[in-house]
Amino acid sequence: MIEIRVHGRGGQGAVTSTELIAIAAINEGKYAQAFPSFGPERRGAPVMSFARISDAPIRTREKVYKPDIVMVLDPTILSIVDVTAGLKKDGMVILNTAKEEGEVRKAFGIKAKMALVDATGIAVKHLGRPITNTTMLGALIKASGVVNIKSMKAPLQDRFGRIAEKNFNAMNVAYKQTA
Amino acid sequence: MPKRVGIEVSLAASEAACAADTDVVAAYPITPQTHIVEHLSELVADGKLDAEFVPVESEHSAMSVCVGSSAAGARTFTATSSQGLALMHEILFIAPALRTPIVMVVANRALSGPISIWNDHSDIMAERDVGWIQTFAENGQEVFDLIIHAFRVAEDPEVLLPIMVNLDGFTLSHVIEPIEMLSASEVKRYLKPYKPQMVLDPKKPVTMGPVGMPEVYTEAKRQIEALLQGSKKVVVKAWKEFAKHYGRTYKPIETYRMKGAEVVLLTMGSVSETAMTAVDRMWDKGMRVGLLRFRLWRPFPLQEFRRAMRGVKVLAVMDRAISYGGLGGPVFTEVRSALYGTFEQPQVFGFVAGLGGRDITVDMFEEMVKKAIRYAKRGKGPTYEMIGVRER
Repeated sequence: MIEIRVHGRGGQGAVTSTELIAIAAINEGKYAQAFPSFGPERRGAPVMSFARISDAPIRTREKVYKPDIVMVLDPTILSIVDVTAGLKKDGMVILNTAKEEGEVRKAFGIKAKMALVDATGIAVKHLGRPITNTTMLGALIKASGVVNIKSMKAPLQDRFGRIAEKNFNAMNVAYKQTA
Repeated sequence: MPKRVGIEVSLAASEAACAADTDVVAAYPITPQTHIVEHLSELVADGKLDAEFVPVESEHSAMSVCVGSSAAGARTFTATSSQGLALMHEILFIAPALRTPIVMVVANRALSGPISIWNDHSDIMAERDVGWIQTFAENGQEVFDLIIHAFRVAEDPEVLLPIMVNLDGFTLSHVIEPIEMLSASEVKRYLKPYKPQMVLDPKKPVTMGPVGMPEVYTEAKRQIEALLQGSKKVVVKAWKEFAKHYGRTYKPIETYRMKGAEVVLLTMGSVSETAMTAVDRMWDKGMRVGLLRFRLWRPFPLQEFRRAMRGVKVLAVMDRAISYGGLGGPVFTEVRSALYGTFEQPQVFGFVAGLGGRDITVDMFEEMVKKAIRYAKRGKGPTYEMIGVRER
């Protein structure tokens, strides 16, 4: 079972990102859960959302305390939240940043495996808005392989309708650029 | 073929009411039930559900409209939570007395104060005695299935009582998970159109809800009690029929790894899945722990419970609600009472946990079990205690 925790700010689509990946996994015949950090919605405040993906039925409803993967939608979160809290030993941080890996490691003391992509840059170019949730999913899928990127097409279509294609393109660009 | 989809449990609940071809929905939105009502209003507005959606100004009115529409012969659905359920309180008693087979989903949430929008079972446990059939869902699939089942049981001419289907607010209502959705045509094979025995109709007037003079009140109460107790066989039969149609089997009580268990954990609702993981982990450590879960809470499945408890020496009961000034949580006191006078009366210990959204973890279940074992060995312990309380 892969456990994922997403950090973002209210309004950036952290909850949507875990929903989309869970639905894609379920459509592949896997088992998955996605849920928000329950509470009132607060635009701009740091928020988390969670997903579990597994080949077997998932039998727990705890929050995710020891994630395999942490995905950070907004680089400004790093200075106020310890995003690596509880991260498994061989866990991975997937980060939206335009900075170099060494610079990020030094500034925030992150020792875990990392995958970086300039999702804000990609989102602004392809979506015209700095909303990075769908873009970051490209990076997540590249770095973890939890689902096939093609499986994202249907959930994106259901969710976004006419702007689904733009989102899928941004996701694909991030998939290719993630290092 | 039923479609397996990834869907938020709240939306699946609305889809179930839609697949059941509900005629009237009267509801007032309240967290964490909101998505259920929102989606139902969408389904009606989009023409996918041919129903009257009554946007009322309070839950008191919601339940009043439900009683009225059900009395008029309409298949009626509503959903609420917490303070909303509390506001319905006085009307809740009237629904069974008028034999109105309303189906209501309760997204379980704490009661004020302090104000809490998060999950526990305070709301439903305060409504134990209102004369409704009450079931508890463990996961999204069960939510969908129990709603379909609820209509069939409620509208059975031998029952004609309202039913509450309980699902944990947020921890279940807001989770996306895989659910096999039955279409309206698939549901139709199992759930026939509602045929009311008596309807409010100006052309053929009847009186519903007259005053119960002292000469008849006791008899009326006894009738409702007899109906509710008698509904168990219809509940069970409807689950058997459900299994025949759709292949999923449900029983009033669910057990897990009880064979050879020294201690049994008793839970209700969605945390039972976390409890299963805890049970597996404890067996791996050499602890012999079983799990028992109530799916049917009203009528209380006494025989099934006693049968399941045969040979069990220690029982650890988890409550998600507190009974101020009482002898322990509502589930604990009732369960202990159910075991009184049985041949092998086990030692029963109560634990109150997961109040107002406090996460219930695998570790917490292990703590409860270890404590129960320790108290049992010593031959005494606190009658009940709260788990996970921060002392500083």
